[in-house]
Amino acid sequence: MAFYIVQFLTGLASAASLFLVASGLSIIFGVTRIVNFAHGAFYMLGAYLAFTLTERFSGALGFWGGIVAAALVVAVIGVVIEMVLLRRIYHSPELFQLLATFGLTLMVEDLVVLIWGPSDMLGRRAPGFKGAVDFFGQNIPSYELFLIVLGPVVLGILWLLFQRTRWGVLVRAATQDRDMVAALGVNQKWLFTSVFALGVFLAALGGALQIPRDAVNHAMDLRIIVDVFVVVVIGGLGSITGAFVAAVLVSELNAFGILIFPKISIILVFLVMAVVLIVRPWGLFGKPEAPARRSPGLTVNPWRPLTSSERLAALAVIAIAAALPLFAGNYALTVGAEIAIFVIFAASLHFLMSVGGLASFGHAAYFGLGAYGVAFLAKMAGLPMIACLLLGPLLGLLGAAVFGFFAVQLSGVYFAMLTLAFAQIVWSIAFQWVEVTGGDNGILGVWPEKWAASPSHFYWLSLGIAVLMVAALRVVIFSPFGFALRATRDSPLRGEAIGINGKRIQWTAFVIAGSVAGVGGALFAYLKGSVFPDVVGISLSVDALVMVLLGGVETISGAVVGAVIYKALNIWLVSQTDLSKLVLGGFIVLIVVAFPKGIVGVIEAIRLRYRRAPAPAVLAQRIESAE
Amino acid sequence: MSSPSALLSVEGLTKSYGGVHAVRGVSFALKAGEILALIGPNGAGKSTCFDMLNGQKSPDSGRIMLLGEDTTGRAPREIWRLGVGRTFQITATFPTMTVRENVQVALVSHRGQLFNLFASTPKLAREEAGRLLELVGMSGYADRPCGELAYGDLKRLELAVALANQPKLLLMDEPTAGMAPRERVELMRLTAQIAREKSIGVLFTEHDMDVVFEHADRILVLNRGNLIAEGTPAEVRGNPEVRAVYLGEGLVYDARHRDGAPA
Repeated sequence: MAFYIVQFLTGLASAASLFLVASGLSIIFGVTRIVNFAHGAFYMLGAYLAFTLTERFSGALGFWGGIVAAALVVAVIGVVIEMVLLRRIYHSPELFQLLATFGLTLMVEDLVVLIWGPSDMLGRRAPGFKGAVDFFGQNIPSYELFLIVLGPVVLGILWLLFQRTRWGVLVRAATQDRDMVAALGVNQKWLFTSVFALGVFLAALGGALQIPRDAVNHAMDLRIIVDVFVVVVIGGLGSITGAFVAAVLVSELNAFGILIFPKISIILVFLVMAVVLIVRPWGLFGKPEAPARRSPGLTVNPWRPLTSSERLAALAVIAIAAALPLFAGNYALTVGAEIAIFVIFAASLHFLMSVGGLASFGHAAYFGLGAYGVAFLAKMAGLPMIACLLLGPLLGLLGAAVFGFFAVQLSGVYFAMLTLAFAQIVWSIAFQWVEVTGGDNGILGVWPEKWAASPSHFYWLSLGIAVLMVAALRVVIFSPFGFALRATRDSPLRGEAIGINGKRIQWTAFVIAGSVAGVGGALFAYLKGSVFPDVVGISLSVDALVMVLLGGVETISGAVVGAVIYKALNIWLVSQTDLSKLVLGGFIVLIVVAFPKGIVGVIEAIRLRYRRAPAPAVLAQRIESAE
Repeated sequence: MSSPSALLSVEGLTKSYGGVHAVRGVSFALKAGEILALIGPNGAGKSTCFDMLNGQKSPDSGRIMLLGEDTTGRAPREIWRLGVGRTFQITATFPTMTVRENVQVALVSHRGQLFNLFASTPKLAREEAGRLLELVGMSGYADRPCGELAYGDLKRLELAVALANQPKLLLMDEPTAGMAPRERVELMRLTAQIAREKSIGVLFTEHDMDVVFEHADRILVLNRGNLIAEGTPAEVRGNPEVRAVYLGEGLVYDARHRDGAPA
């Protein structure tokens, strides 16, 4: 019995940091409507800085002062980032905000390694809390008890801050209607900045307080951010009480999940989240919000099928690509095959995200399921390669059918967070279920058969399937189904009023996108000859997002162009520099701020301007005759 | 009470939000080819009534019969399939499509082709879309992006979209809100003309009394959720209760003038 109580108390202690970070995220979202992906990075920075400061200064004052100072320094960094970067993108579509803050996360990860080195570091123990308390024969570190008390204390301070101060009233008002607050003459800029500073301070404090418990390392940002997303989704974005209750719930689920289901401890939390979202899509303590102002997008530029000359140009490009083996070496062909595979992957995400308006942050799940599908069929069932390529993606289809059903019940940032969480479920299954998936060691020896084994043959196979998939998706985009999907994205109200069952259309689109991603994953397994849990990882999901964004979210061929350029750049970058994440993150931020239409979007805008030049006279005539 | 030929008949429709009774026991019927106006001051319950007829809200009690089927609490898309066209107070269209494509989507849906993955939509039902746009005087705009249209044109486009499923009933929530006076009159003349030619029943709400009295065959007056008057334009015009609702009771005005006090 005592053991369970100790386990319970450990869970409560873990909840403290989680609550600090999650409440910061929630506060920032409430006012600025930005889901700050970089919150995990601030948490990590807080931990690293606290480590350095507490090593430098000794004694109780040095330790506690160091922790608070670290959080303050990170808050200042946050203020600078808010003023320089976020102020430029408050009015961008939410997808761009998520991506920009993710870009920051990538940059911080490399900077941290650059400054503090790649190895884990164990911090000092807290002065005054070095011992342990004996509890019916079980030891509880007294620092854990300190954290258990700290959580509710911070909750109380935040409550006082928001209920009893003028600033708190303004923040609550802005959470409900920021336009009205601006109309009342409140300087929004400084309100946003101060809220961001508080949120970042809480995240950094959460990180700093972890150093006596856990080793500081450069992967702690992604680990906490996934947990925090889960917490705010369960508790309700924007609710601090919700963040506290959900942080306790998640921490306890983690603490006891390991005892009860050691194999699927991570899944337990996500299952609870899925249930909460289905019963209360706005979280336990959140309020159902009126659909967020629909960002009209960057342009209104109706899509049209390729003209015959553009078709010829596309064929010419394909012909040139197909001729690559005539003059390129084996390495280039392998890179070429990888690019073709990522074209499939990016095109499938584009279908969901640009056509359907559903920005998935966990699309790698279906890519990875396709890859594992092939690996299972080839290694366990011993099926021939053709059969594997045809049947493997069915695992992606199946996953998309199950997860997609739940995911399309939501939209916007909640959709993004839920898809991310689902991808993490798949990842943790791949990682933990060692008997079947081989866990971290993966499944090795998935080699193509002889007819496809040479680099040129495999390149042709990948290219052929990529062309087929992209062409098929284009057909679907202009099919009645594609129009129904866009209709649901543009105006769910009007769509419903002309007989379109939006959820069913979106679910079908999710399944199509998941299946096509599975095809990409199936080829990827043969390209690498092995499958590791990485193929369902967050970084792969984000790669796909960046490809679509780089090419141009609001264009049809953006995904293809984006995939080719991004993948080529990425492979080249990794071979050139150790700081690829830093460059990549900076690149993402740059696109979002300076270049949101993407490559194809910019080209189209230029072409449109040329074509429109003589138009005004004609337009004026039309308007006259119409009246 | 409802005649067998009624397109739409409503009995005892009631809806409240918390303690506010938005609609209380409203009953009426609408015949094919009839143009019925639903008027009343702000907060009278017009929009709530509309949303219940359309399926966007479900009533607390009461019954809605559309074309002989009980549609109480059914989803908007099912009600549309029965032959009900709808326009919104604030236009709802697809801004990233061309004007013609907006109509084509509705036509494709009407033909049950929504899950067709192969056909090319821009080529589907092109002529029919053209005819509908012609009908509302928008053929010159067919290839323009819908997102660029002026508001009055959007309202006309909505009418074309609402006519795509060859409706027997049109539900129009403030069809001329936000339009210039001349455009208002034109749009309602057009609607009335189409409705009479095709024998479509029309139920509309409106604040512009010129529009209401020119086109409505019958008028329903709502006040605080209750139906207070029903009849021809002339009858409603003469109804003292309606005058009181729209012009106030005149207590202060009368008192002042009786006593001869300075204004």
